[in-house]
Amino acid sequence: MDKKIRVLVAKPGLDGHDRGAKVVARALRDAGMEVIYTGLRQTPDMIVKTALQEDVDVIGLSLLSGAHMTLFRDITEDLKKNNMEDVLVIGGGIIPEEDIEPLHEAGIKGVFGPGTSLDDIVKFIKENVKG
Amino acid sequence: MYDKDMIAKIEKRRKEWETTCYEPLKAKIPEREEKFQNLSWNDIGPLYTPADVKDHDYFEKIGFPGEFPYLRGVHSTLHRSRLWTMRQFAGFGTAEETNLRYKYLLEHGETGLSVAFDYPTLYGYDTDHPLSRGEFGKCGVAISSLKDMELLFKDIPVDKITTSMTINGPAPVVWAFYIANADNQNIPRTAIGGTIQNDVLKEYIAQKSFIFPPEPSMRLTVDTFEFGFKEIPRWNTVSISGYHIREAGSTAVQELAFTLADGFEFVRAAVARGLDIDTFAPRLSFFFNAHNDFFEEIAKYRAARRIWAKGMKELGAKKPRSMLMRFHTQTAGVSLTAQQPEINLVRVAIQALAAVLGGTQSLHTNSMDEALALPSEKAVRLALRTQQIIAEETGVASTVDPLGGSYYLEWLTDKMEDDTMRYFDRIEQLGGVIPAIEKGFFQREIAEASYRLQQEIENGKRVIVGVNKYQMDDEIEIPILKMDERGEEIQINRLKKLRADRNQNKMDRALAALKKAAQGDENTMPYILNCVHAYATLGETTDVLREVFGEYKEPAIF
Repeated sequence: MDKKIRVLVAKPGLDGHDRGAKVVARALRDAGMEVIYTGLRQTPDMIVKTALQEDVDVIGLSLLSGAHMTLFRDITEDLKKNNMEDVLVIGGGIIPEEDIEPLHEAGIKGVFGPGTSLDDIVKFIKENVKG
Repeated sequence: MYDKDMIAKIEKRRKEWETTCYEPLKAKIPEREEKFQNLSWNDIGPLYTPADVKDHDYFEKIGFPGEFPYLRGVHSTLHRSRLWTMRQFAGFGTAEETNLRYKYLLEHGETGLSVAFDYPTLYGYDTDHPLSRGEFGKCGVAISSLKDMELLFKDIPVDKITTSMTINGPAPVVWAFYIANADNQNIPRTAIGGTIQNDVLKEYIAQKSFIFPPEPSMRLTVDTFEFGFKEIPRWNTVSISGYHIREAGSTAVQELAFTLADGFEFVRAAVARGLDIDTFAPRLSFFFNAHNDFFEEIAKYRAARRIWAKGMKELGAKKPRSMLMRFHTQTAGVSLTAQQPEINLVRVAIQALAAVLGGTQSLHTNSMDEALALPSEKAVRLALRTQQIIAEETGVASTVDPLGGSYYLEWLTDKMEDDTMRYFDRIEQLGGVIPAIEKGFFQREIAEASYRLQQEIENGKRVIVGVNKYQMDDEIEIPILKMDERGEEIQINRLKKLRADRNQNKMDRALAALKKAAQGDENTMPYILNCVHAYATLGETTDVLREVFGEYKEPAIF
């Protein structure tokens, strides 16, 4: 693929834990992707609008507050409404095992918990992004 | 501390030891690392001797506990007379659910309370605000009004137990809920004690639950200082926090330097308002992290006390109480692993031991399941028991500063102090703490450190047991906390009823008076208390302040 993969790293909801999002953003940039970071306190609507404007291939959601079941799903539903199902959506944070399957079903293709290697995220994106 | 001849002799012998003993063995059996580095990337040598602390004047640098410069501890008897307060940070779901958790913890020997609020509360939104969607009760308890605070402390004697509240942006309002709850039970304001975190500076730097821009935020903070020493003398009106700076990815040295820089900034702001330093300074408290590098953590607490004492003296403090740094400690949440969660018990025990050996005044021990969810009852009980074992079985609390005088520890303590002073110079060159925040200085320093550490974890240079070494194929599963799913509905109905039942005129008048006070330069606390007593909600009261002060938006940098 000649074109650089464009990724939106986003912090939905009120959660202020941005360490993981920033580390992942840098790792993706170092891996040759173009990264846009939304900053904090983004509503699902703001994230989908930014994704549309920036024409991204991937949205990486980071949430450690426990609100992922609501907010991640709000985002994938919004994407569907906007015919943006081709955008690869992945998420990370404090996510209990039992939530992973329902999140997959909701369209969060990759769910990455604490201890994930940055390499694994990079590989996952490269293998799953639609060119 | 040592005479010159003795030091010369030790230095000479040290060199001989190195050439005749250490180097030959190292040549034969190579060391495990080419360079041993602590978590601040300081090189750690194979051996420390009196020569490494040769310039120490014992009285000036080390001294006695309970005396300047307080390196060895804030009290002469320290944990021999009173153990640290065992204070588990807790909160989830509704006020009722959290109230039961507090009673559970108290039954099992906890000695102080610590409230974790959910995100809407941290940002001054009521549960029914659109931005609260999905966040209700998730990482703390939802407190939207005085009514909720009454339920949170139902049958808990607030005149007998102290409470710490992790609240920053809307701290004056939530503190007012607590005070009003005591007022309504006819408990004198002089009888209640506790802490509000109320450290907005570290919000911009790390925790990010700011609401207003720095200047009005500092004004509100100083309002609480002034109101506190006049009305609620047993209250710590700020807990100047390094914890979140560290969790956001800083090194131990950065945690120390940035936290103390914030501390001095608060003091300067209060002095600029015309407050007498010896009136408010005794109510300033601190909050540090207890991370994995055992000695570095202990050195950090000791250095913090010495730097604070010296700095406060320079700023004109006269009373000993104004110079001594009391602090709370929490073990490092970020060090917990989702893999093999039970091994977190071991990490927490060692981190907690460092906090105790460093002379902490109160302590929270994390639960083993916190990389997965909020703690279950069993997990939090084990965390509390960890403190009780340290306190009552190990003997470490039998003497004050038991590691004082360790050549390594004293060298490291000095080094961390020196490194902190260098950071102070850099911050001053940027124009002070607030300009440095606005330039993104702290945020960048922290992001650099956290990325560097992550890369070292990736390449295996730093070992995380269970994550990049000693992994298991079959993951260990442990039961996790389940919350009452009807919680949000209960809370929203309670808010509806509150809004319908209260005296609307009285509340409107109170909110209007607060607005006027905020626009002028009167202390806002009495006005906030009036709003709260009239059952104005957290959101309604904070909205008045938002309207007057505006909201802060940070630049998104990574």
